[in-house]
Amino acid sequence: MSPIPIDAAALLTGLRCILPEILVVATAIFVLFVDLMIPEENKRILCGISLIGVVISLFSVFLLGPARISGFSGAVVHDGLGAFFEIVILAACALTLLMATGYSEWEGTHKGEFYSLLLLSTSGMMFMAKGTDLMTVFLGLETLSIPIYVLVGFHRHRMSSIEGALKYFLLGAFASGFFLYGVALMYAATGTTKIPALAAMLLDARLAANPVFLAGVGLLLVGLAFKVSLVPFHMWTPDAYEGAPTVVTAFMSAAVKAAAFAALIRVLLLTFGGLQPVMWKVLWALSVLTMTVGNLSALLQDNVKRMLAYSSIAHAGYVLVGLVSGDFLGGQAALFYLLVYAFMNIGAFGVVILIAQKEDEGYDIRNLAGIGFKYPALGAFLTLFLVSLGGIPPTAGFVGKFYLFSAAVKNGYIWLAVLGVLNSAASIYYYLRLVVYMYMVPAEGEMPVPRPSRLAFSAALFASGAAVLLLGIFPGSALDLAARSVLSLLM
Amino acid sequence: MEPILFVIFGAIAVGGAIMVVTRRHPMASALYLILTLFAVAALFVLRQAHFLAAIQVIVYAGAVVVLFIFVIMLINVPVHKLPVERVTGLRFLGVLAAGLLILESAVLTRRFAMPRASAVDAGSVQAVGKALFTDYLLAFEITSVLLLAAVIGAIALAKKKI
Repeated sequence: MSPIPIDAAALLTGLRCILPEILVVATAIFVLFVDLMIPEENKRILCGISLIGVVISLFSVFLLGPARISGFSGAVVHDGLGAFFEIVILAACALTLLMATGYSEWEGTHKGEFYSLLLLSTSGMMFMAKGTDLMTVFLGLETLSIPIYVLVGFHRHRMSSIEGALKYFLLGAFASGFFLYGVALMYAATGTTKIPALAAMLLDARLAANPVFLAGVGLLLVGLAFKVSLVPFHMWTPDAYEGAPTVVTAFMSAAVKAAAFAALIRVLLLTFGGLQPVMWKVLWALSVLTMTVGNLSALLQDNVKRMLAYSSIAHAGYVLVGLVSGDFLGGQAALFYLLVYAFMNIGAFGVVILIAQKEDEGYDIRNLAGIGFKYPALGAFLTLFLVSLGGIPPTAGFVGKFYLFSAAVKNGYIWLAVLGVLNSAASIYYYLRLVVYMYMVPAEGEMPVPRPSRLAFSAALFASGAAVLLLGIFPGSALDLAARSVLSLLM
Repeated sequence: MEPILFVIFGAIAVGGAIMVVTRRHPMASALYLILTLFAVAALFVLRQAHFLAAIQVIVYAGAVVVLFIFVIMLINVPVHKLPVERVTGLRFLGVLAAGLLILESAVLTRRFAMPRASAVDAGSVQAVGKALFTDYLLAFEITSVLLLAAVIGAIALAKKKI
C-alpha cells in the first residue's frame, strides 16, 4: 500500500480547532512535571499554574471566536455551541481552582495528581462539548469520567469518600456501556456515527421509525442521563456528591452537568426534526420525574451538602424543560440556565466549604445557626446564591427559570411549565430554610468558627456573586450569546 | 460454511459467557472467559476483521485475563470459604430481563434489515491502520489522554503516599 499523503493544511485547521483543549492537556502534563521538581511546602504553586493554563485556554476560546471550524474529518467542530460550553466549563474550572487554593490547604489536597486530574477531566468535557462524532463524544465522556471517579475518592482514608467513588465508578461504568451500546445500534441502523450525517438521514421518516435506531437513541439517552443525574438514573448522586472533596462536588455539579448537557443538546437539537414525536414524551416524563424527586428528597435533608446534591438533581430537571420542545427558544433558555447554574451552585458550595470543619465535617444545618449576623459577608453570599437557586428576582436564577418555563409555554407544554413552577415553589422552602437558620435561629452552645477565607477564595465568591447579580439584572448579552450559539448549531 | 461456523462459535461464546457468571470458583470463571474471548475472536475472523481478531486474542485473552488469573491466584481463597450465591427475586428478574432482551433483538434483527458492511477488507491491518491515523486520528489521540488520566488516577488511588 502506498504511504498516506499528509494533508498539512487540514491537520493545521484541526489543531486550531482543538487549541483550547490542547492548552488544557499541556497544562495538566506540565503540572505533573513541576510537581516532581518542587518541595512539599511549595505545592500550592501547582494550583496557580493550573489556573494560568485554564485562563490562557479561555482566552484562546475567545481568540478563535464564534466562527465555525471543523477538524479531523468531522470528528470535532469549534462552533458557537462548543465555544459557549467551553466558556462555561473553563469558568467553572477556574472558580474551582480559585477555591482549591484554600480547600487544598485545609484538607491536604495540594497534590500534583489532584490538579492534573482536574485539568484532564476538563479537557474531556471540552471534547465532549465539541464532538460531532459520537466516537469523540464517547471518548470525551470517558476522559471526563475517569479522573472524576478518582477525584471523588481522593480522600482515601475517609469511608464516605471511598464509598461515593466506588458507587459512582460501578454505576458509571454501566452507564458508559449503555452509551456505547446505543452508539453501536445507531451505527448498525445507519452506518455512521457522525451527528450531522445522522441528522441528515433522519429526514427520511423510515429511519425515525426504525426500532433498532430508536433503541440506540434510547440507550444513548440513558448514558447521558446518568451523567447529568436525571431520575431514575440519579442513585449515585447523593453519595458521590456527599463523599467527594467539596471543591470536587462543586466542580462536578456545574461542569460535568454542563458537558453532558452540551452533548445532549447537540444530539437532540440536530435530530429533533425526525424524532420529536417520540422523544418529547420521554423527555417530558424524565423532566417532571427529575424535578419532583429531586425537590422532594431535598426537602428532607438536614445535611447541607446532601441537600445541595438533591437540589442539583432537580436543576437538571429544570434544564430538561427547555429541551422538551427541541426548538430554538428552549435551547437558548437551557444554555443560559446552565451558565447561571454553574455560577450559583459553585458559589453556594464555596460558602459551604468555609463553614465546614476539618475533614469535611460539620455540614449539618444546625451549624449554620446564628452565622448570618456574626459573619455578615458569609451570610450575605450564601443568601444570594440560595435565593438565586430558588429562582427569586432580581437574581440570575429567576431570569433563567423564567426563560425555561416561558419557552415551554410558548411551545404548548403548559402542564410541564405548571409542574416546573410548582416544583420551583417547593424548592424555595428548603433554600430559605438555610437562610432562616442563619439569621433567625440562635446558636446553641459555641458557634463553630468559619475558616478564614483566602484572597483567591474570596475572589471566587465575589466573581460568582457578581455573575449571579449581573446576569440577573442585565441578562441581555448572555441571552444573545446563548441565542447565537444555538443558531450556529441549527444552521 | 460461514453460517454454520458462525452458529458454532456464537454458541461457544454465549455458553462460555453463561459459565463465567455461574461458576462458583473465580478461577473457573476466568478460564471460561478466555474461551468466550477466543470464540468472539473467531467471529471477528468470520467477518474479515483479522486485525481485531488478533488484538482480541493478544490483549484480552493474552493480557487482561492473565492479569485476572494472577490476582485470583495471589488472593487464593480456598473453595470452602467462597460464598454460595442464591437465586433471589432480584436476580430472577435480571435473568427474565435478559431473556426479554434476547427475544427483542431477535425480533428486531429479523424484521429490520441492517446495512451490510461496506468494504470487504475493512478489517485488515492496513485498512484499520489507515483509518486510525487519518479519519480517526483525533479519537486515537484522545484515547492517549484518557489512558494518561487513568494512569495518574491509579497512582493517586493506590500509591502509599502521594
